[in-house]
Amino acid sequence: MTKQLLFALALLITLAVFAWTMRKLFHYFRFTKKLPLNDIPARIMVTLKVAIGQTKIFRHPVMGFLHALVFWGFMVILVGSIEMVIDGLFGTERIFGILGPVYNVIIGSGDVFAAIIVVAILVFLFRRLFLKVKRFYGPEMKPVSKADANLALSFILILMITLLGMNTFYLIMSHNEDMGLVGYYPVSQYLGDLFADMNEDSIFFWHEFNWWAHILLIFAFANVLPYSKHFHVFMSVPNVFVSKISPLGYVDNMESITREVKLMLDPATAFAASDEVPAKFGVSDANDVTWINYMNALSCTECGRCTAVCPANITGKLLSPRKIMMDLRARMKEKGPGLVSQGAAYDDGKALIGSYISEEELWACTLCNACAQECPVNINQPSLILDMRRYLVLEKSAAPAGLNTVFSNIENNGAPWQFSPQDRLKWADELFMNEV
Amino acid sequence: MENKIKITPPVLAEEFAAGRKPEWLFWVGSAGAFDDRYKKVTREFVKILSFLKVDYAVLGVEESDSGDVARRAGNEMLFQMQAMTNIEILNSYGVKKIVTCCPHDFNTLKNEYPDFGGNFEVWHHSQWLEMMIANGRLTVNSSLFADKKIVFHDPCYLGRANKVYESPRAVLGAIPSVKLEMKRNRSFGLCCGAGGGQMFKEAEKGNKEVFIERTEEAIATGADIIATACPFCMVMMTDGIKYKNQEERMKNYDIAELVSLGLGL
Repeated sequence: MTKQLLFALALLITLAVFAWTMRKLFHYFRFTKKLPLNDIPARIMVTLKVAIGQTKIFRHPVMGFLHALVFWGFMVILVGSIEMVIDGLFGTERIFGILGPVYNVIIGSGDVFAAIIVVAILVFLFRRLFLKVKRFYGPEMKPVSKADANLALSFILILMITLLGMNTFYLIMSHNEDMGLVGYYPVSQYLGDLFADMNEDSIFFWHEFNWWAHILLIFAFANVLPYSKHFHVFMSVPNVFVSKISPLGYVDNMESITREVKLMLDPATAFAASDEVPAKFGVSDANDVTWINYMNALSCTECGRCTAVCPANITGKLLSPRKIMMDLRARMKEKGPGLVSQGAAYDDGKALIGSYISEEELWACTLCNACAQECPVNINQPSLILDMRRYLVLEKSAAPAGLNTVFSNIENNGAPWQFSPQDRLKWADELFMNEV
Repeated sequence: MENKIKITPPVLAEEFAAGRKPEWLFWVGSAGAFDDRYKKVTREFVKILSFLKVDYAVLGVEESDSGDVARRAGNEMLFQMQAMTNIEILNSYGVKKIVTCCPHDFNTLKNEYPDFGGNFEVWHHSQWLEMMIANGRLTVNSSLFADKKIVFHDPCYLGRANKVYESPRAVLGAIPSVKLEMKRNRSFGLCCGAGGGQMFKEAEKGNKEVFIERTEEAIATGADIIATACPFCMVMMTDGIKYKNQEERMKNYDIAELVSLGLGL
């Protein structure tokens, strides 16, 4: 009974802290732009493919496969974690055992996955600590980002070790006490041999220890994640669901501009809409972005696959698509509390453009979509970059000189170059072909 | 010597006035109309249209810039004015099917014009040529490139933007020649460096130009020809070949030019 009370208390604290964090984060969403979600069936498909099927992570086949194993493993092991919460609250033992053979499959694969994840995490840690993998570096990768990654990996490593420990000592216990064994443990059954000569008290202790360590670590991990880049664990699947499903080449229309252009082209409607307050065009700060942009930023785990394929970054320019996402998240974290307490008009004298992202970064983008193509969780970096360019052009008239020339040429001649529109068919002059 | 036939591309306004409604509109695009290098591609593509006796027309002076560059450089106002003006003209002629050699205009007309009431069936010339080859109307039996090694550079707005990776390769596949691939191909393709308005501005400070990085990759394959299917990529690859002093050894052609040359047009 004491154990159950302690467990309930731990669970309550976990949920309370988690709810408090979530409330804070989701408050920030209120200050982002609304955008409807269309085509739900297509979204379900993309979620099954990209999130559950992990298709995009396989663009790096070896590391991708290891990550996919970790992801699929988590999904299976999650069932066991839910069981532990029920067991902990009601004093039962392996309650899902009533599922019989289904339970054997779930718990058996969880046992195997735990071992696989241990190996995968060791490989990941080794890569991060000892190999100079280029995409893990860059000006935006501060020591805190690296510590964050290593902390999350260590967390997962200990979670898996304690899971295997729990299974192992449970097996020995059930053998010794001749109680009915529930579940199937393909890996732990071999680990049991290592502790065969331990006395019963120690075995009982180590089972309890691993059980508590495992579940308390999950509770702690769940509350660390929202402050870590590994928030990705919670956010990536929903992010894939809300991600861009139109062709990558399509750019979202600015309805506010459409109204203005229609007014210009058709003066008859000019008076009807004249009292409309002109909106701010484009994005200059965290609260100008769409809620999907912010979801993107919260889902980014800073893997750097986007930056590694960015033509601007490859050729030494300042632009790094990963940094754009990290900057948005950091800026919202900075400005969010002020927005919540003082409202949307809150101004701290800083902005996303200027204080975090330079114009030089924004103008280096070729909008080639390599970053968006690469992102394993379908983050769309180009749309945010373009929205910031829109701000610079539409609100500040701050385009690079070459582009201003292009704008006036298109406006006056209908082409980016200074040619007369009357010459548009000149290419066809004196055009002959061979008779074949 | 072979006989020369003069080609005068039909202009839609005149066709319309004469009561004709051509099946295809060939959208030339600003680069196709004004860029010296890509004008050659436009001419070769029109030769193919004439050779295949396709029922087509061009807008001529009524065509205006699609607005792709303006939009991607952040000037949404200018883009939408261009889009609405063009759509008004296209709709006034009842245009249904459009073919263009420019992946940027292909993308904008196909994906973005519908937001403003412009609903057309838009084809990139790589898809169009592939269709003509597939249905047997177009066959290239030429030994002109038989011993040439051709490497294809994926334009971002054809490839990643619209997932058209195989059409240009199918067109090249129909031309007797040796085909190569760069390490970064298809969805992994590296941009030529001209997209998003970069074509018209100074590059930001870095340690290399994007077009050089990409041209070096193409040169490393040992290819004789870099094939492209985009006016911007064409400019960048041509510059890259010049910059690397490979003009003697390496040429840059649009897939339409290779078809036209192969046909002996």
